[in-house]
Amino acid sequence: MKRRSITLVVLIAAFALIAAACSSDDDGGSGDTGDFKIAIVAPSASNDLAFTQSMVDAATKLKDDGVIGEFSVTDGTFVVDDAAVAIRDYASQGFNLVIGHGSQYGGSISEIAKDFPETSFAWGTSADTFGLANVYAYEAASDQGGRVMGIMAAALSSNDNVGIVGPIEVGDAKLYVDGFKAGVLVNKPSATVNVNYIDSFSDVALAAEAGQSLIGAGADVMSGTAQMVVGAIGVASTEGVLWFGTQANQKSLAPEIVVASQVYHWEHMLEEMVSNVKDGKLGGELYVITFANDGLVIEYNDDYDLPSEVKDLGDAAVQAFKDEG
Amino acid sequence: MSEVFTTAVMIAVVASAIRLAVPLLLASLGETFGQRSGVLNLGVDGIMLLGAFTGYYTVLKTGNVWLGLLTAGIVGLFLGLASAVIAVTLKAEQGISGIGVYLFGLGMSDLLFQKLVGTPIPIDTFPAVNIPLLADIPYIGEMFFQHSLVIYLAFAAIPVATFVMNKTTFGMNIRAVGEYPDAADTLGVSVSGVRYATEIIGGTLAGLAGGVLAITLGIFQQNLTNGAGFIAIALVYFGAWRPIGIMIGALLFGFVNALVLELKTLEIIPRDLSNIAAMAPAIITILALVFVARRFRAPSALTKPFTRGK
Repeated sequence: MKRRSITLVVLIAAFALIAAACSSDDDGGSGDTGDFKIAIVAPSASNDLAFTQSMVDAATKLKDDGVIGEFSVTDGTFVVDDAAVAIRDYASQGFNLVIGHGSQYGGSISEIAKDFPETSFAWGTSADTFGLANVYAYEAASDQGGRVMGIMAAALSSNDNVGIVGPIEVGDAKLYVDGFKAGVLVNKPSATVNVNYIDSFSDVALAAEAGQSLIGAGADVMSGTAQMVVGAIGVASTEGVLWFGTQANQKSLAPEIVVASQVYHWEHMLEEMVSNVKDGKLGGELYVITFANDGLVIEYNDDYDLPSEVKDLGDAAVQAFKDEG
Repeated sequence: MSEVFTTAVMIAVVASAIRLAVPLLLASLGETFGQRSGVLNLGVDGIMLLGAFTGYYTVLKTGNVWLGLLTAGIVGLFLGLASAVIAVTLKAEQGISGIGVYLFGLGMSDLLFQKLVGTPIPIDTFPAVNIPLLADIPYIGEMFFQHSLVIYLAFAAIPVATFVMNKTTFGMNIRAVGEYPDAADTLGVSVSGVRYATEIIGGTLAGLAGGVLAITLGIFQQNLTNGAGFIAIALVYFGAWRPIGIMIGALLFGFVNALVLELKTLEIIPRDLSNIAAMAPAIITILALVFVARRFRAPSALTKPFTRGK
């Protein structure tokens, strides 16, 4: 009886691991359509309409354009140890470029890269290549899009009260939130901008309540960043509060209230990285996606009737960034 | 600081606390039944996740939030049954088997979501139901009587569970099996039968908790519960295995979370102390657990499989 129970427990655990593995690993490539292989290790789901999806979409585009032959994704690896296993595994399988798409993976990348000097690694969002010749770092100048949308948010707010839901006040999230707030205040210096960092990247329920709290404080336009904002967007939709999204196009979550989204287009950066790796330059460089290099794009929601004068403000702000270079 | 004590803020905090507490309350209540009968189920979070996905998917396909809640409960029921088979019949090590159930729920819910849905799609949510007359009471009405029906039902389950546990033969059997299974067996109580029943109840409530969470949020995402099932297990200890204690614990946890959020919105909590403030609910729970551990003890037969004659 005891042996049978142990066997059953082992079988259940094995099945659970298989189910988890099936849900995490997604081979975006196939066979021999080219010999350049990219691997992506990311903290949240590939279709989170946020951070992870932006990179997966970029890799998909590169594969569709024939720039790369294959890419593989291990998503949902918020636990750094799990991600490290995946990163090392991809490197030993001979992937040409292994991307640690999360600022928490830096330590792992810096260790593993030394063991695979012929493999190129990339991680972000960060500016640190650790002085290693086979590590690229990348960032998004998300404050640019934040500022553009903050300017528009201020113009749309009828009571000059804007709310922002954030995860943890670090990295890309902080950059975006600071940019959005600055944009609001540039347009309306007397506006109230309440920011609520919920200290979690994944707590959807808490993000929803944070959104409720901001609306209770008077916000009639909101924004937010990271994968848990789906909760806040739901509350905004229920309350009829306008929303500006970032990292990916969030129109599908609430087409009636999402005004626009700053979308990360990593593909230009990835294409350049791939080209460099093919030429033998495996790392040692920092990439930053901006409006000027088309890495950032504001995608407007056609289902929302945005006043033309507000859109003009947004377009002018984008052009200003492009002119800066 | 005076902004905190405006009526608008307090109303918002209390209402938010209630919404945050309900999934924890339901899951914790279910686990209480199991633990009072001597069975520990660490797989609550996994059951919640599968309940959440099932409820979400049903609403997505049918548009019926109540059907979604029902299917979430049914999935929880079957997972509770599976947990009972593992813990009671097969007498597996309950801590390990519970983690297996959790991993199964975590992986399977995400797998099903990726294969059947893909990108998060919003669904209908529970409509608010204003209790006649009570909802119109100034301040109190907005705090307590303008929520969805599931919230009212969740809190109604507390006195029902208390009555069942303390005033019914079934409840007496649960307590007897959890404290003295040998004695209960000699008196003709089916220890296995009672434990199966409590695990099924526990699984059903955990599934419902997940369904409530997903349908209230109107969305599903990978690991939607964010570990709420484990908080629910901790609340069983916090509440000293009593429904009313669990309710207090869930409300306290929800209240602290809601208050911290509100203080952040009002910028009363400085940004550099935000992450410390975020730990407040967990710290308070741990302190309460220490207090409870000194005054109350767990059921004597908790985690101990029963074999007649041993």
